[in-house]
Amino acid sequence: MADEVVRIENLAKQYRYGVISHGTLYKDLQSWWARFRGREDPNLRITDEAVPGLEGERFWALQDINLEIKRGERVGIIGRNGAGKSTLLKILSRVTTPTKGLVKLKGRVTSLLEVGTGFHPEQTGRENIFLNGAILGMSREETRRKLDEIVVFAGVERFLDTPVKRYSSGMYVRLAFAVAAYLDSEILVVDEVLAVGDAEFQRKCLGKMKDVAGQGRTILFVSHNMSAIRNLCPRVVLLSNGRLVMDGDSSHTVAHYLSQNLVEGGVADSVELEARMEGQINRRNPSIRFREIALLDEFGTQKSLFNSDEDIIVSITFECLRRVQNLHILVDIVDEDNASILSSYNVDDPNVTTNFYELNPGGYKAFCTLPKNTFGERNFFLTVCLISLKTEHVTVKKILEFEVKFQGYNDNYCIGNDVFVRPQLKWKMQPIDSVHVNNYWE
Amino acid sequence: MPVTVDKPEQLESWDLVLHPRTRWFDLHLGDLLRYRDLIWLFVKRDFITFYKQTILGPLWYILQPLLTTVVFTVIFGKFGKIPTDGIPRFIFYLSGTVTWSYFANCLSQTSNTFIKNAGVFGKVYFPRLSVPISVVIINLAKFSIQFIVFLTFYTYSIVKGASIRPGLFILLLPVLVFQMALLSFGTGILVSSLTTKYRDLNFVMTFAVQLWMYGSSVIIPASVVAEKVSTRWLYVYMLNPMVSIVEMFRYAFFGEGLVKPVFIAMGWCVTLLVLFAGVTLFGRIEKNFMDTI
Repeated sequence: MADEVVRIENLAKQYRYGVISHGTLYKDLQSWWARFRGREDPNLRITDEAVPGLEGERFWALQDINLEIKRGERVGIIGRNGAGKSTLLKILSRVTTPTKGLVKLKGRVTSLLEVGTGFHPEQTGRENIFLNGAILGMSREETRRKLDEIVVFAGVERFLDTPVKRYSSGMYVRLAFAVAAYLDSEILVVDEVLAVGDAEFQRKCLGKMKDVAGQGRTILFVSHNMSAIRNLCPRVVLLSNGRLVMDGDSSHTVAHYLSQNLVEGGVADSVELEARMEGQINRRNPSIRFREIALLDEFGTQKSLFNSDEDIIVSITFECLRRVQNLHILVDIVDEDNASILSSYNVDDPNVTTNFYELNPGGYKAFCTLPKNTFGERNFFLTVCLISLKTEHVTVKKILEFEVKFQGYNDNYCIGNDVFVRPQLKWKMQPIDSVHVNNYWE
Repeated sequence: MPVTVDKPEQLESWDLVLHPRTRWFDLHLGDLLRYRDLIWLFVKRDFITFYKQTILGPLWYILQPLLTTVVFTVIFGKFGKIPTDGIPRFIFYLSGTVTWSYFANCLSQTSNTFIKNAGVFGKVYFPRLSVPISVVIINLAKFSIQFIVFLTFYTYSIVKGASIRPGLFILLLPVLVFQMALLSFGTGILVSSLTTKYRDLNFVMTFAVQLWMYGSSVIIPASVVAEKVSTRWLYVYMLNPMVSIVEMFRYAFFGEGLVKPVFIAMGWCVTLLVLFAGVTLFGRIEKNFMDTI
């Protein structure tokens, strides 16, 4: 147990709900004076309803958390919004204190700051590196030793003495990450920072974080990006309603978490679609509008987690508000950064095209099947576009997210992670001295 | 929840244990020392960025007290005919303005420590006191510039033959500045701690600082007050440490001013009391203020 760097014992954190104080100094002083004399607080509200997690106006953001983390471990923390992930990190990074329990730490904790936190726009890159380093608890000497590496990683060599207000947002993010990643703290806390920055940089960050852990630094990583979590963290902790419900290897925990969330995903209703639509839209005289988009399996069940060996059916319900000619429907599968991975038009299929040339007003349903054994293990996003040539283009970008769990082929699970497209292709192999050497597809 | 510490636990060496509740008076002085580079960088940042955003730059440091002094001289001197202990009016008001503005700047800047830095404070831990400490230091630079302006006019007045004579008290100037730093720091962090809960205090502050100035012998010398009120009320008046600070400053440079050991002692008592209250409350608030802001 000598290698433990974090030990959390019976940790609990209580927040007050809504009104923080009585709002006036007078009432606060009155309450305080009453408590000081051991009397009953005259301003205490009396309630006897028992709401789970709620006690009067208080609720527990974290309860009974016990956790031990060893040196060099990379631990992912997942859970829905409000599950207590960020509260846990805030306690660990000393931004707030626990209500109950203890947290014991060995070494310094640095948190990867959100973009530009503690950056001053008027100061140069160099000045900001030192300031940010100091905010993270590093002496000037320590920062100076790491300066070159930070600058190279962030790719800001030429702009080191330029005020950061002239930096692109990408440079900003890279610099912020680099400062935290290269400083020698024993425990690095990362809270969803990688959501920004391009894919290339995210990969670089994940790589760097792996390196960092290899050097004996411990990483705590909070993210909603399951593929990043699985990629980086061998161990994952699942929080739900402030309690630690699962702690185990990443594939297990992530799968459990996703299976819990099935009901949530998989469908977008007309309200959401209206709010999210963009493109060339004629608001006065609409011709086509989405009504529902859903992801189904072959049995018609709405889902957001698919195995790679099952068909994914995109169901698009829309309405023609007047006569529509030559309707095109585009289904686009994109990654986090909106880069297209796969596209398909309704008119690609020779069997359905004719139906779409002339549409009378009314509701329609279109289905597009993404065949099984196509995708690798990743999170994907669905973009759908309705195109009535010359009148309207209605697009809903990244309207649904789905995750594919790669099942492997022939009981072989290897290399399905973090690849977008992982189809089962035809292969053939034979010794070159064979008589059939020139005739591959014999 | 009582936590029992058994023997094997003690053998393990944890660098840091986060408790639910720590003692009332927990300053993290060790932390402050470790983060001294941060304080220095804050000072540097504020100093640099001040120049970069203005056209006249440091000239504002000079113009500010001069304009105020001119206004005071005209309104309170020429029209109000408030006596100035026989000191030439302009230099009298300038001395008050320069001293007061160090105190007022420190106070108003430290008093919004929590609100202004909520973003950074919510993301990362560093000793929160480093922010107000850096404010007090950065304002020293401003004060130095303004003090030189004062010295220039002061020398000019002497050359012109004004009946003012500097005393040995001048040697105590650093002590005076130090006391102002402590007082403004203490009051500032006290107010900033309270503003996390009671936001309206922020608006009260601008008003309060102004009122405080009128009660600090910047304009009306303590000798005039002493003539008008009974001894008991004079003592109440002298509870304001800024009165004796401004009076001592004038006594040092002009040889005029209401300076008594008992007033100095009272001033220091109040200063230290405020400082203690401020630091204590600040320490209480800083642990959990992110939950309330």
